[in-house]
Amino acid sequence: MKVVKILGTGCANCRATTQRIAQVAKELGVPITLEKVEAIQDIAAFGILATPAVVVDGKVVHTGGVPVREKIASWLGG
Amino acid sequence: MNAVLSLPSQRPKLFLLVAAVVWLIAFQLLLPLSEFLSTLLPVARDSHLGGALQFFLYDTPKVLLLLAGVVFAMGIVNSYFTPERTRALLAGRAEGAGNVMAALLGVVTPFCSCSAVPLFLGFVQAGVPLGITFSFLIAAPMVNEVALALLLGLFGWKIAGLYLGLGLAVAIVSGWVIGRLHMEASLEDWVRNMPQEHARAGVDTLILAERVQAGFVAMREIVGRVWPYIVAGIAVGAAIHGYVPEEFMAGLMGKDVWWSVPAAVLIGVPMYSNAAGVIPIVEALLAKGAALGTVLAFMMSVIALSLPEIVILRKVLKIRLIATFCAVVAGGILIVGYVFNAVL
Repeated sequence: MKVVKILGTGCANCRATTQRIAQVAKELGVPITLEKVEAIQDIAAFGILATPAVVVDGKVVHTGGVPVREKIASWLGG
Repeated sequence: MNAVLSLPSQRPKLFLLVAAVVWLIAFQLLLPLSEFLSTLLPVARDSHLGGALQFFLYDTPKVLLLLAGVVFAMGIVNSYFTPERTRALLAGRAEGAGNVMAALLGVVTPFCSCSAVPLFLGFVQAGVPLGITFSFLIAAPMVNEVALALLLGLFGWKIAGLYLGLGLAVAIVSGWVIGRLHMEASLEDWVRNMPQEHARAGVDTLILAERVQAGFVAMREIVGRVWPYIVAGIAVGAAIHGYVPEEFMAGLMGKDVWWSVPAAVLIGVPMYSNAAGVIPIVEALLAKGAALGTVLAFMMSVIALSLPEIVILRKVLKIRLIATFCAVVAGGILIVGYVFNAVL
């Protein structure tokens, strides 16, 4: 099962990202574990410059903005 | 139909040319179209309601069209300036020129105020001087494409240009002052103890078709998010336009009222709104006799400083630095307001 982390301090874009990923995973029928990383020190540890960022299985795949559905599908599909 | 749909990805240059022409034609057609629509309305044009409706019918499509165009273009420009590249450009810069560069990059680098903290940390870690980091953090939210598109649509290019120039000036000077104060000790201790990191720009592998795609994504996200604010803002603006008597604001926010600039900044700072919500109201205030400097100061303080941003910055900055940051930026905005009222 893929572990998807959403890095962000809880702004509107972060919530939208979480929702969209959960929805795409459900539509594709891919089981995932969604984790929200909201503490600034933990976010900084990933060395990213813009939130929301998405980490799939320990790898940063996206930063700065709500990812489009096609992009999410490609992370979950592979 | 397929040929049209594949144009942006197959022939991006041709697509941009065609899109620009179509956009210009649509823009030219707006005024006659809105005049025609308002003659169809069953209200007299010189009545209060008629005036408000015409204002609404003309401004809404004009502003939305401008916004779509500017956001699309900025989405393409943004794709050349990732935060990582900006950081690499600014790392180890000297103050002065570095502040100017940081403020300019703040305009073209994609930025959301919720990213202020990770960005701040990343800049500090890579050795971008504190004052230069602040120049970037002040310019990025204040001089953004939504604000500029709205100013352009509602006030014309002169005021949009003034706002751009003055916003940059506030960011450059405020950042420079903060840098001169040498307040590195006022970063939270864990921030100062972070390991230094070498800034890498990363390789830019995007082709033009992908940048055009990025423009579409930006347009969909931003216009989709802010249009209700704009319509609501213009509706409020239209109501003020039609119903509030001329010169009503002159007594409250006019040139001769010396305390109106600080009052506007004091009211504006804790307010949290995006440019989209505030500008149409500002237009209506201006039309009713409020002074331009006062109105611009109000607008800048609403957009540049906000309570939620201050709360989130508190996690990485000690109180002293936060207070200095707010005081310096508010002071800069105040000067802009007074200078404007005095000159115009």
